[in-house]
Amino acid sequence: MEKEQHTHIVKYKTYVIVLIALLFMTFASVAITSINLGPYTVAGALLLASIKCVLVLLIFMHLKFDNKFYGIMVASVFILLASVIFITFLDYLYR
Amino acid sequence: MSDTVIRNHEPNYLEYQGRYKGIFAWIFSTDHKRIGLLYLYSMLVLFSIAAILGLLMKIELIAPGKTIMDAQTYNSFFTLHGITMIFLIVVPGLPAVFGNFFLPLMIGAKDVAFPKLNLLSWWIYILGAAVALSAQFFGDGPPDTGWTFYAPYSFRTGTNMLPAVTGAFILGFSSIATGINFIVTMHRMRAPGMTWMKMPLFPWALYGTSWIQVLATPIVGVTLLMIVLERTMQIGFFDPALGGDPILYQHLFWIYSHPAVYIMILPAMGVISEIIPTFARKTIFGYKAIVVSTLAIAFVGYFVWGHHMFTSGMSGTALYTFSILTFLVAIPSAIKIFNWVATLHKASIDIQTPFLWALCFLFVFMIGGLSGMVLGALSANVHLHDTAFVVAHFHFIVFGGTGYAFFGALHYWYPKMFGRMYDKGWANIGLAVFFTGFNTLYLPMFYLGMIGMPRRYYDYVEEFHGPNIVSSFGAMLMIAGLVIIITNLVRSARKGEIAEADPWKGKTLEWTVASPPTLENFAEIPVVTKLPYDYE
Ligand code: HEM
Ligand SMILES: [Cu+2]
Repeated sequence: MEKEQHTHIVKYKTYVIVLIALLFMTFASVAITSINLGPYTVAGALLLASIKCVLVLLIFMHLKFDNKFYGIMVASVFILLASVIFITFLDYLYR
Repeated sequence: MSDTVIRNHEPNYLEYQGRYKGIFAWIFSTDHKRIGLLYLYSMLVLFSIAAILGLLMKIELIAPGKTIMDAQTYNSFFTLHGITMIFLIVVPGLPAVFGNFFLPLMIGAKDVAFPKLNLLSWWIYILGAAVALSAQFFGDGPPDTGWTFYAPYSFRTGTNMLPAVTGAFILGFSSIATGINFIVTMHRMRAPGMTWMKMPLFPWALYGTSWIQVLATPIVGVTLLMIVLERTMQIGFFDPALGGDPILYQHLFWIYSHPAVYIMILPAMGVISEIIPTFARKTIFGYKAIVVSTLAIAFVGYFVWGHHMFTSGMSGTALYTFSILTFLVAIPSAIKIFNWVATLHKASIDIQTPFLWALCFLFVFMIGGLSGMVLGALSANVHLHDTAFVVAHFHFIVFGGTGYAFFGALHYWYPKMFGRMYDKGWANIGLAVFFTGFNTLYLPMFYLGMIGMPRRYYDYVEEFHGPNIVSSFGAMLMIAGLVIIITNLVRSARKGEIAEADPWKGKTLEWTVASPPTLENFAEIPVVTKLPYDYE
């Protein structure tokens, strides 16, 4: 979209680091299920998934280098979904 | 219009000859105006079927016991009626018909951002409708769960659930595609000079709506998919016997379906915000307040879904939270009512059919909204949940809100869409009959609910008989009104008087082009310098 986009070439090294981080977190989210955290199991899984998601969005999908406005849009969507999940848990945690 | 003569050289969008002929010139057209009409015709057919089902249900309820149908038929009727009215008509309705037709015209664009995606949305809509309706004819009998598909019944019932659920799932994609299309159109294609704060209010309403369509629809898609998996593979999401939680279904369903009621009502409010200033000959009171309340409704509307679940056995904390949030969301709606009424204050009003529809909208929408407040109170809700009161409430809101706005929009933009004017006398008579019938039909249902008549039953005890007779009579009157209204509109599309480009003296951009508009809408893209409702 923006003209100067092609100037932001991400180094291969960065990609590899992100890839390793993503793989690490994938294993972590599997490993974490063996510990019984009670209701916080979901919180743990969601937290790891969100971090992964943010990494993909920022680096692989170039959100970091794009117009700030798109960043704001994506962030609002995150906040919205987080609030919806939080409110759902007002039921599950206190039932 | 001084340049009508020049414009007449170019064929309008109805006459335009493209690559295809006959019906293919329509079903393969990427012109946003033709696509809008495709939706309009599809919906008129579906609406007529569903309205007749409603009438048949009311005839069944004219007396206790079996009158014209048995219990199972009644159950399948309210299911089909609900699925059709909600998923096929009021959710897509205003954006798909009037959004498609008028969004580009109102922001000074030649089409939407992705015309082919737009046509695809219509095809997906037809596919979804066909799949959903096929449930009536194949397999083990028509679905009987109600349009809400509540678990665990929806995977225990022997009836033909899968096509209905799959159809609703497919329809979601149509909704999402339209939402994305409109968002991009508004971001990218506003005419030069039309800043966000110079955009008319119907596009603004569509903007809020589109975001809900894009963000909420996937949730119901996933939820419906979960039902399919549960029914076919016995995965225990919702069935307690398999370790699932039926209340989770209700959460997921209403996380979509409550925002969906704002998909229905926001564009309706947008329509009213167009009609009122035009006939009041005045700029709208508090333009910015309306914009902000539109966005606020779209946002806060996400957080109130639990008010459909007050009696489901949710935690106390959740109950209080949802009740408070429900009361909060009423504030931005009320702001709009005050804005509209304030616009009328000291205006020199031109009383025409679309304006009368808007006035009737204000009346029924207020009753619907206030009854919603009653239902939002925890204690009252325990008594009223799943009674006729709820049915009255949502018909006042959904039919009274979106339905009235739809007909209001149709009467307002009709001369632009077809280049002809309907018979105003018959239009007003139709409205009067319809409005009387509507109130006779639904007002008694408030009372019936309060004295305890449950919804979704084909039978009732003798105590409820009187009000039910009144209500069923109202249904017949209302249908008569609808017949007058629709006949008048259909007839006038060919036989009506030729309409001028701006019959109502409207100020928004769609009134600056010929009626009906040419294929490209604007010979030259306009430059906007003024606010949208500049009557001063
Ligand atoms: C046109 C004439 C209409 C009539 C006579 C009518 C009548 C009825 C009746 C009798 C019921 C069933 C009540 C029960 O559960 O026992 C019903 C349910 C319902 N109607 Fe209508 N209605 C009409 C129009 C509409 C419109 C325009 C909409 C949507 C905008 C609509 C949406 C619904 C919904 C969602 C239900 C609930 C289905 C359910 O959950 O059981 N109706 N209607
Ligand atoms: Cu709701």
